[in-house]
Parts: sequence; C-alpha cells; structure tokens
Amino acid sequence: MKHGEPNFHPGADQEHFDYTSHLAPISMYVGIWAALMVGTGLTVYAASVELGIFNIVVALVIATIKGTLVVLFFMHLRYSTKLTMVTVVAAIFFLLILFSLSMTDYLTRGWETYIAH
Amino acid sequence: MATSDIQVAEHALQHHFADMEQQRETSTFGMWMFLLTEIMFFGGLFCSYLVYRASYYQAFVEGSQKMNITLGATNTAVLICSSLTMALAVRCAQLGKTKMMAILLGITMLFGFGFLGIKGVEYHEHWEHHEFPGPNFHFQTDDPAHPATDPVHTEIYYSLYWAMTGLHALHMIIGVGLVAWIIIAGLMGAYSPSYYSPVENVGLYWHFVDLVWIYLFPLLYLISKKHG
Repeated sequence: MKHGEPNFHPGADQEHFDYTSHLAPISMYVGIWAALMVGTGLTVYAASVELGIFNIVVALVIATIKGTLVVLFFMHLRYSTKLTMVTVVAAIFFLLILFSLSMTDYLTRGWETYIAH
Repeated sequence: MATSDIQVAEHALQHHFADMEQQRETSTFGMWMFLLTEIMFFGGLFCSYLVYRASYYQAFVEGSQKMNITLGATNTAVLICSSLTMALAVRCAQLGKTKMMAILLGITMLFGFGFLGIKGVEYHEHWEHHEFPGPNFHFQTDDPAHPATDPVHTEIYYSLYWAMTGLHALHMIIGVGLVAWIIIAGLMGAYSPSYYSPVENVGLYWHFVDLVWIYLFPLLYLISKKHG
C-alpha cells in the first residue's frame, strides 16, 4: 500500500498489508547524530571567533540546519503525510508572523524622534 | 503477522477509524498539532528575548559572559545523544523488539537525568552568585571597559534565561516521566509493529524538546565572543 493513503479496502490485500510506517536504517540515525554533534562543535567554535554582527547569523544558521535535520529525520517528517508537512510549515509561518509583527512595533518606536530632529 | 500482533492490533483499533494505518496517521497528526501549540508557547518567550536583546544588547552580552559554555555544550551533546537513543527506540518499536526498545528508552532516560543534573549544577552556580532576578539580584561585571550596562537590564537577561531554560527543564522532566510510562507499558506488551503510536509520539515530544535546546544554547550562552 502506498504510504500516506488511508486504506479504504482493508480486505483487498490483507496478507501483505503493511501496518508499519517507513523503516529507516540505523546508519541514517547514526549519521544524523554525527552531523548534529559536529554542528554543536562548530557552533561553539564559531562563537570563539569575533565576527561582530555575523556571530548571531552563523549561530542561527547552524542551529537551523541542526533543527531541520532533527525534524526531517529524527521526527520522520521526511516520511510523513503531506498534511503533517503543512502543519509544520504553518507552525514556522505563524512563528515568523509573531516575530516580524512584534518587531515592526518595537524596532520603530524611536522613529518619531528621528523625524522631529 | 504473528497472532499476538493481530490481537494487539484488534485491541488497539478504535471503532471510529477505518484501519490501523489511518489511526496511526491521525495520532501522529494530533501530536504535531500539539507540538505546533508548543512552538507558539516557546515562541512567545523567544519573541520577548528578541525584543529585549534588540533593546539592551550590551547588557545581554554581559549576562551571557557568565554562562558556563562547557556545561552548556556538554548538555547539548547529551540531548543529541538522547535523541539518537530515542530514535533507535522508536525503530525497535516499529520492528517489535520490545526488550531492546525498553533498554534504549532506559538509556534515553539516563541522558535526560544527566541533562537535568548538569542544568542543576549551573542553576546552583547562578544562585550562589546572586544571578537570579529578584531582590537579591547582584551582577558584578567582568568587563570594566563597558561599565555603562545597567544591572536592571542584565536582570532582564537573567529573567529570560531562567524562564526559558526553566520551561525547557520542565519539559524535560515531563519527557522523562513519559518515557518511564512507555517503558512500563511496552514491557507489559501494549505495543506491537502494528500499534506503537504512543512510542512514536513520545519520541516526537522528546525530539521537540531537543530542538528547543538547539536554539536556546547559542541564543543564551553564545551571544558574543567570551571576554578574556
């Protein structure tokens, strides 16, 4: 049975019916683990170098790559239904709305003083 | 399919689902919906971090200089290792290897306790140094070159530090409890390759808590290059 489609004909292929979801090899999990460990080391190293404003950019880029690996492989989003993928994208979208709309307020509060002078 | 597996499947299938596959996907989707609300829950704290960091950047740098990066990095590694053992435990559940699943979940729990222990050591250090917001808050700057930072603003950094890591630690404690529950249920024969949704969903929760820490660590510990 194709993964992701509800089975409306349970009697059709009862013998070979696949109840289990995608089974990933152990090597994949160990590979992701190694990548995450390297990422952690890289984050700590990058923070010991003075990059000015780019310190935070590098830290967030590495964190986002690590987070993406966790979500796609450890959390099986790579093998999940489209509905689940849309849910995750919606979460990120609403989080960005929260951040960006809040910052349009806080970052622009001093503007009136610039206009006055 | 083994007879016992069919029995577990028949027992576990709720009447309002067509089959186990539909039930499993619904359960996973429900868990992701919950995690979405968790993202917004932590998102509020991350947003206030963003606002105050933008306003009092130098005070945030001063506060983060007091963090123990070695312990923070160790804890990040501990959580990543715990996520690996959790992912492998879910894989064992998929294959019906109950004993191996219980062992891996036990190791996951140990990593969880390890994380909380290390966090406790850090909390103790901060408490001893009066780095806890409130009437006894006291901040001694390491960097006399920048004496301009107001301790009140550093206190905001510590408020956010305690709130964010505290909420994360609370999630860890709940996570350890959930893992204990699926170990017991698993050993009592509640799961099979056709029904292991609780294991999968506790796994999702555990990885989510790991994910939050992946962002907390650089944002709270590594704001700027360590002085001196």
